[in-house]
Amino acid sequence: MAKTPVTFTLNGADAATFADPGQNLLDCLRRGVGDLSPKYGCGQGTCGTCTVLIDGQPHLSCLVLAETVQDRSVETAGGMANGPDLHALQTAFMEGFAAQCGYCTSGMLMAAKALLDQNPSPTRGEVIDAISGNLCRCTGYEPIVDAILSASRAPRATERSA
Amino acid sequence: MPVEFRKDLFADERDDNLAEIGKPHIRQDILGHVTGRTPFYDDHLFDGLLHMRCLRSPHHHARIRSVDASAAEIAPGVVRVIRPSDVPVNMNTLLSLLNFGRDDEPLLSPDKVAYKGEPVLAVLATSERAARDAVAQVRVDWEVLPHVLDVEEALRPEAPVVNETYPGNAFDYHEKYDHQKLRFGDVTAALVQADHVVEGEYQMSPIEQAPMETCGAIAAPETNDRFVCYTSTQALFFSLGTAAKQTGLASSRLHFIGGTVGGGFGGKVDSHHEPLAILGALLSGRPVKYQWDRAEEMQVGAPRGGERWRLKDGVMNDGRIIARELTGFFDAGAYTRLSSYAVQKSTGHLPGPYTIPNVASNVYCVYTNRTPSTAMRGFGITGVDFAIECHMDKVAEAVGMDPIELRILNAYRDGDMKAHRRVAKNCALIESCQVAAQKSGWSLSSDALAASSMRDGGIGWRGQIPETMIDEDGRIGDRKRIWATPEPTAASGPHRAVAAGTANEHPATGAAPQRDDMIIEAERLGFKVSEDAPGSEAQSVPEPRSAATPHEPARRHVNGGPSLPPAARPTTHSAPAVPVAARPAQPAPTSIADDAKPSDPPPTVAPADQPIEPGSRPPRRPGASRFISGSRGRR
Repeated sequence: MAKTPVTFTLNGADAATFADPGQNLLDCLRRGVGDLSPKYGCGQGTCGTCTVLIDGQPHLSCLVLAETVQDRSVETAGGMANGPDLHALQTAFMEGFAAQCGYCTSGMLMAAKALLDQNPSPTRGEVIDAISGNLCRCTGYEPIVDAILSASRAPRATERSA
Repeated sequence: MPVEFRKDLFADERDDNLAEIGKPHIRQDILGHVTGRTPFYDDHLFDGLLHMRCLRSPHHHARIRSVDASAAEIAPGVVRVIRPSDVPVNMNTLLSLLNFGRDDEPLLSPDKVAYKGEPVLAVLATSERAARDAVAQVRVDWEVLPHVLDVEEALRPEAPVVNETYPGNAFDYHEKYDHQKLRFGDVTAALVQADHVVEGEYQMSPIEQAPMETCGAIAAPETNDRFVCYTSTQALFFSLGTAAKQTGLASSRLHFIGGTVGGGFGGKVDSHHEPLAILGALLSGRPVKYQWDRAEEMQVGAPRGGERWRLKDGVMNDGRIIARELTGFFDAGAYTRLSSYAVQKSTGHLPGPYTIPNVASNVYCVYTNRTPSTAMRGFGITGVDFAIECHMDKVAEAVGMDPIELRILNAYRDGDMKAHRRVAKNCALIESCQVAAQKSGWSLSSDALAASSMRDGGIGWRGQIPETMIDEDGRIGDRKRIWATPEPTAASGPHRAVAAGTANEHPATGAAPQRDDMIIEAERLGFKVSEDAPGSEAQSVPEPRSAATPHEPARRHVNGGPSLPPAARPTTHSAPAVPVAARPAQPAPTSIADDAKPSDPPPTVAPADQPIEPGSRPPRRPGASRFISGSRGRR
């Protein structure tokens, strides 16, 4: 069957691949482009481990047809760090023990980044709502919520020490 | 929330000059997690990767008349169909690497399936979708068999045989016993003396571990005549050993890489993916990935086994538990995996963290047509703790006592003798209860607040192994199912095995019966013996009664030894255990009377100097048997 060429922006850089008919974005990113940071957890849109941002909005890449990201911007956890400089969320997850096995972490970070990009000072309830589509089986959600809140307040040192 | 350290507790047992504990540290592997660079097994890319999918049973229990994979073999993208006959060593049990149990499970089932989802055939194809499509084209002629999904139904004589390796539907311990048995003191006598008898039944569900990463493995030929295997396994060397055994390859030709597990919780020890993926690489010469999808993870992935527990406690008015009797049924599913070991763990855990002078238990590892169960976070312990702690609340209610104080009163203290004949040490249940009460604003009596794990333990009976009935070989258990004929297949179907717990009644065993409290499952005795021993005298079927009612099973001596009239039977009881004898005898409480038929004489405890009945044996002294010698664990 004919493959479809797909070109898009991945973490700010040009990316191009050929998608099989019906191929989802998760498989396209992992096997076609080689970005292994989004994970396969269920393949049916229930677990959130494959969450990526498309034009800034969180999407479950297992439910997105690869060819639909043509000319759009895709962000993954693999592109969060700026060289050696980690994103504030990554630092907060490390310091707050917000990852154990690490399998859900990529998706959690993407869901959290989508929130903070639009709402830099979310309430705890807004954080919980933002990651409600992402399952974690090891850590428990509290350290993750704490880490996201901590990252959201990071620029305001006075509040953090309170 | 910061961790709170209660340094006031056990301060003299601990060196607080610690360099690391109590200080936060950043996990060494977390940088990979937050940057998405941690390499899980599926994060290894191979050119020419083949995908493996299995054809699975749609039935709980079925015979395979024939398999037609001709359409699948020529389907687009299919490289190879792998059949049971392609597996060099198709039978295995995980713990065979430890010489524990017999091989009972095929990697691909050749002629029968015993659970829904059991793999029958594997397809290798160039894409996952092609493999799925090909599997859908395989035609199997199933002969659906009756199935059993309940542990106690599985032990009935008419139950279908789930696992031909264990035709009685129960694991064989040491090839002799169909259950794990614990005896400590004299539960029968103590239950008579108790002010209250509290019974309960508790049922756990199977629980799927549900890791975020589904189980899987990728195997590929290396350039040095070895096979590399990236795997999600939690048990790298179990998987290596199992793969070497089942593929027939020397372990030196297998290069296993693990170490990153995307959540396991016990569900990634079963080592089924590695041998199949390696076999696929061996047969195709290409890299092969065998990965469960989410539906398989939930349906086929081995869960925590369901457990059913019956408890019967003898309790005094002041809350002291003087007897605890337990019957456990551990649902192994269709194959053993790790359930045999779970039963041993649970038996070693009895009677919970409480110093109880008389304990008896029979625990069965039962095969049913459910998904095989395996490890999950404290398996074998969590289920029985659930039962025990629910029951402790029920006991507290029965005696009108605060549930936390009941636990403090009965908790292990340092120096106490546990039912498995080791001395308790480093106990902390009392302190844990005190802190929990304090934190939750629960008021305790001054006695409960003053109690300590470090005081009053091991004194008198608390540090002793009580007199415990054993058989002529010094064992506490009755032997099981010695077959009537040397050819087990001759004229004897699987259910001619001697009923569990009834071995000594069987005409074939020749052994004299043991005392009544060796049998907890009185209700099973009746219908099993009547079927198993045609022509024998053992045809009488007792009234159905609670399985946790060991004190009066209707039984006959079918081989040697005179039958004892019912009224004489209680006199075969041993001398009362030490703590019981120290108290005045109590009249039989009403809850015991509920169990006894009106015609039954109330059981009584014979004095120690009562003549021993013919056919029974006197109780042995602690330490007289190599089996129950407590010398290793005693101070």
